[in-house]
Amino acid sequence: MLPAPFEYHAPRSVDEALDLLDQFGDEGKVLAGGQSLIPLLKLRFASPGHLVDINTIKDLDFIEERDGTLRIGPLFRHKAAERSSLLASRYHVMADAAPQIADPIIRNRGTIAGSVAHADPSGDWGTVLLAMDADLILRSKKGTRTVKARDFFSGPFSTALEPTEILSEIRIPAAKPMTGGSYLKLERKVGDFATVAVAVHLVMDDGKVGSAGIGLTAVGPQNLKAEKAEASLKGARLDDAAIKQAAALAAEAADPKADHRGSVEYKRNVVRVFTERGLKRAYERARGGG
Amino acid sequence: MAVETPLKGNIGDSIKRKEDDRFIRGKGNYLDDVVLPGMLHMAINRSPFAHAKIKSINTDAAQAVPGVVAVVTGELLAQHKLAWMPTLSGDTQAVLATDKVRFQGQEVACVIATDPYVARDAAGLIEVDYEVLKAVVTPQQALKSGAPLIRDEKEGQTNNHIYHWEAGDKAKTDEAFAKADKVVKLDTFYPRCHPSPLETCGIVADVNPATGHATLWMTSQAPHAHRTLFAIVAGLPEQNIRIISPDIGGGFGNKVPIYPGYVVATAASLLIGKPVKWVEDRSENLISTGFARDYYMSGELALRNDGRMLGLRVKMLSDNGAFYADAQPTKFRAGLFHIVTGSYDLPAAHVVTDGAYTNKAPGGVAYRCSFRVTEASYLIERLVESAALEMNMDPTEIRLKNFIQPEQFPYMSATGFEYDSGNYPRAMQLALDKLGYKELRKEQAEKRKKGELMGIGVASFTEVVGAGPGKHYDIAGLRMFDSAELRVHPTGKAILKLGVKSQGQGHETTFAQIVTEELGIPAADIEVQEGDTDNTPYGLGTYASRSTPVGGAATAMVSRKLRDKAKKIAAHLLEASEADIEFDHGKFFVRGSPSKSKTIQDVAFAAYTNLPDGLEAGLEGVTYYDPPNMTFPFGTYLVVVDIDRGTGQVKVRRMVAVDDCGVRINPMVVEGQIHGGLTEGFGIAFMELITFDEEGNCLGSNFTDYLLPTSWETPKFEMGETVTPSPHHPIGAKGVGESATVGSPAAFVNAVIDAVGHLGIRNIDMPVTSDKVWAALNEKGAAE
Amino acid sequence: MGQAITVTVNGEKRSAEVEPRLLLVHFLREKLRLTGTHIGCDTTHCGACTVLVDGTPVKSCTMLAVQADGQQVTTVEGLVAGGVLHPIQAAFKEEHGLQCGFCTPGMMLTSIALLKENQDPSDDEIRWALSGNICRCTGYMNIVKAVKSAAVQMKAAAEVPAATAAARS
Repeated sequence: MLPAPFEYHAPRSVDEALDLLDQFGDEGKVLAGGQSLIPLLKLRFASPGHLVDINTIKDLDFIEERDGTLRIGPLFRHKAAERSSLLASRYHVMADAAPQIADPIIRNRGTIAGSVAHADPSGDWGTVLLAMDADLILRSKKGTRTVKARDFFSGPFSTALEPTEILSEIRIPAAKPMTGGSYLKLERKVGDFATVAVAVHLVMDDGKVGSAGIGLTAVGPQNLKAEKAEASLKGARLDDAAIKQAAALAAEAADPKADHRGSVEYKRNVVRVFTERGLKRAYERARGGG
Repeated sequence: MAVETPLKGNIGDSIKRKEDDRFIRGKGNYLDDVVLPGMLHMAINRSPFAHAKIKSINTDAAQAVPGVVAVVTGELLAQHKLAWMPTLSGDTQAVLATDKVRFQGQEVACVIATDPYVARDAAGLIEVDYEVLKAVVTPQQALKSGAPLIRDEKEGQTNNHIYHWEAGDKAKTDEAFAKADKVVKLDTFYPRCHPSPLETCGIVADVNPATGHATLWMTSQAPHAHRTLFAIVAGLPEQNIRIISPDIGGGFGNKVPIYPGYVVATAASLLIGKPVKWVEDRSENLISTGFARDYYMSGELALRNDGRMLGLRVKMLSDNGAFYADAQPTKFRAGLFHIVTGSYDLPAAHVVTDGAYTNKAPGGVAYRCSFRVTEASYLIERLVESAALEMNMDPTEIRLKNFIQPEQFPYMSATGFEYDSGNYPRAMQLALDKLGYKELRKEQAEKRKKGELMGIGVASFTEVVGAGPGKHYDIAGLRMFDSAELRVHPTGKAILKLGVKSQGQGHETTFAQIVTEELGIPAADIEVQEGDTDNTPYGLGTYASRSTPVGGAATAMVSRKLRDKAKKIAAHLLEASEADIEFDHGKFFVRGSPSKSKTIQDVAFAAYTNLPDGLEAGLEGVTYYDPPNMTFPFGTYLVVVDIDRGTGQVKVRRMVAVDDCGVRINPMVVEGQIHGGLTEGFGIAFMELITFDEEGNCLGSNFTDYLLPTSWETPKFEMGETVTPSPHHPIGAKGVGESATVGSPAAFVNAVIDAVGHLGIRNIDMPVTSDKVWAALNEKGAAE
Repeated sequence: MGQAITVTVNGEKRSAEVEPRLLLVHFLREKLRLTGTHIGCDTTHCGACTVLVDGTPVKSCTMLAVQADGQQVTTVEGLVAGGVLHPIQAAFKEEHGLQCGFCTPGMMLTSIALLKENQDPSDDEIRWALSGNICRCTGYMNIVKAVKSAAVQMKAAAEVPAATAAARS
């Protein structure tokens, strides 16, 4: 399988990239890690006229905690997330998800921002960002806007991102003390997309749930945020009954399709089981364990 | 410091592989590495529909793309009588569709261009006007009255039925069932899977219009047979066809058939007068080339109350796709499926098989399997598991009670196979000891009390490999012998030329070792050549684990032939009578005085320089070996699994594999073959699947959906061996390439069933995916 | 629509004019005739085409040749130095870590990157690191053994005085 022809641009600055995107409109496409886009080009499922490669722009590969916010740049790659001690110590849901993305070689090149912008309903990072209540910074020649993760996804491979925009930064509220998370993914083998995955991001406050973020992968037209389940936990003691209730609500929030990976009933059940297990794991971690 | 004597390469020596020197340097020469001056590239336009009438094909846009040299359609081929070709099972197959398409991915038209990217661009511009017809996607649908007729072009074909074939004795089997205390039944489906070698199939066809010589580089497991078939299909004089099968990146049966792309590329090269390369991409490989299995099987076992088996009844319906293109011996319509009595002393058996056309890809190759042995072995081993559960017996106990005993060999089976040798209880005992079976059973009982699911799977398979004998087994009429030509040069170095063809099995090393054993020439001094039909003796090729049983036997026999001649020369050199000459490990000596000797190298030199009167010069020979019988490798595989009740995920905790493949030529290589086979068996059991939706769209058309196990999922294997030589093979070897794929799927599935059998679950069809396991548990109220 | 690029391949600067859509693997195989890098799939799964780009394993079927402009690419052909096999090559042969050889270049290059980061990997660490490279022949058992054995060799070589060290990292 070989891509159809296109023109290739390697801008040296974000401004230059935005100029190009502005010029090409629908015909332009940002190339970041390329681990989803290039396969699509090869299969000719996508045939943009112009690729704007941002790998040649300096300083886009960053992660930093500043002013109460965790900031992630558009070229921050899965592999760096997998190895980040910052994520491992304070952002468990991200640290859990990173090594479960695709396979080790793809992780060397693929980026978190690229994966989010690609918006595969079976993709993992969108779910993680939903659980973490992230903000997405979208920049175009006309200016910059901030979109909440929950407002970003609008369907399969469909987002609030305009063709003229770059997802220039991901912003996540910095982890407070007593934060724990987990990402449980059911995949058929390494490198597979999720059959079901559940992200949990839990902040405990004085023995009770300060906030709980729960994201669901591959059980809807887009990554989902299980808001009723989240709300049920807010302010609650995280006992078995609360966990079971939240898990049941998460399962209700799931809207899976039956396919060769399993029935609707099966996928819902895995959401329930993973939400339970994920909350327990996150709780343990919030208390300094696991 | 002790000096280690380097291994000479005798049988039993794990010498390192010669072929590796080029592979580890990236200097292998695979098909896609072949580049010829002026070479053009071909891309194929394929049908998006499973079943559709072709109303018209418009190639104008494709022709207009700069760089396009030609567009080939079925109509053009028909003018040269090449639109259809014969299959390996005596059917016909469309090369390029003319009347209608019969499976999704069928070849419709080909573009030949100066660049592969351009060829692909243009192939996408061919406009085909289809009238979609109702697709038939299962053999059950196919055989219903009123089903759409798939092969409407075949004269006399009024339905989708292909064949009916039986083995065994019906009356005797009915009698056995009438006497039975208990009958255990199992319906199971061995789904369609695909060999998926990492290298796809391809050809570089170079037909010289001036001389008429066709040199075809092809990913071929059987280059000689392919040459003959090409001569027949294309009507080319066989002496003008040279097939070169270069290094092959894995075959596993996928590279046995002749594919339409080969024929079109050859025809195009002939018409254009330039070399044409066609290399499949992965999707093409998965949707159109030789699939495997797709057998619906129903087995019934008649038993006495004490667990003794009295008889076996089997019905099988196979899905052969749109063209009956199974690669198998002609007389056997369902391959060697009638080996289904397996390792058991079954007094009576009756096997009924039928095949049907469907709107799916043709091929029916044996994916790392000797002609449908895999399906047979799977059925009997799964059926025995059911019987053990029904009779409340340990799965090892019921097997031990029914094994063919060591003293019963040679053993004539109820379906007509003469098993050469075996010691099944010994292999099983070794496996049980290695695993610590009893302890694990205790652990399982403890876990079960706590509601945890753990299972131990057992499979004791018997394989049948190494076809011929030629009088019973032939492919498209060609008898299944094989050949070896050995040339010992004056300096005592040798070239061995074979009719078989390695795809990674290590022939360049292991076949040299047979010569080393027989003649004493160090393996390092022997060059092994295969794959070039101009330079190797005729043979049927490498598949069905037949290289060692047949080609290996030919190698031993030709070595012995040369040894006999060498004896005459040694007698001359030692001034003794030939009758007094003895041979041991490369030295000829006069009986009783071993100090006075000549080496094989001395003799080789003399063969060209100092011959006794009346003896022909040279030390060269060729042998065509027709085996007297097949060989019957066997073994016991044990698998331990843990199951997650919440997700249905199965984790393979341990796997013990005890194989008996007779004498092992190079134990390192043998173990490697078993590792690979176990992994493919694991893949088949848990993830590899080609399936279709109701319209006949192939689901599993790339590696996103056709799942191959990675290093992470693949179990760590614990190996064991017993050695029961084949009594009829010159060096006692049996062949091993496929044992592990044949034996292991049942072991994996039995482990899962063993974990859940107490809940009343008797079957989960492969691939045993987590959702199926969970659904089965859920139905019994046992899921989390 | 050609675009001029210069890529340092196995230490040698190689310049060419390429179409933007040309995949790195085709640049290596077709333009440079370095055919040791193989193609096994269309969907970035098999890893047969793995090469090192600035030392990092990359599936060269999922990177454009133009993206490699100005970068260092190592292919299997670049592993032998001064006529001496890289320890990973020697170990793959010694431990029977290959059969058909088609996945082997990718496997070796991924292994080299692993061993650079982790001199003493466990079986599971090796299996994890290699899980983006598919092998259909070996069942991975002997590949894992080969990587472990290469690790031992490379460590030993690194420990002897530099003058006698044959190791190249």
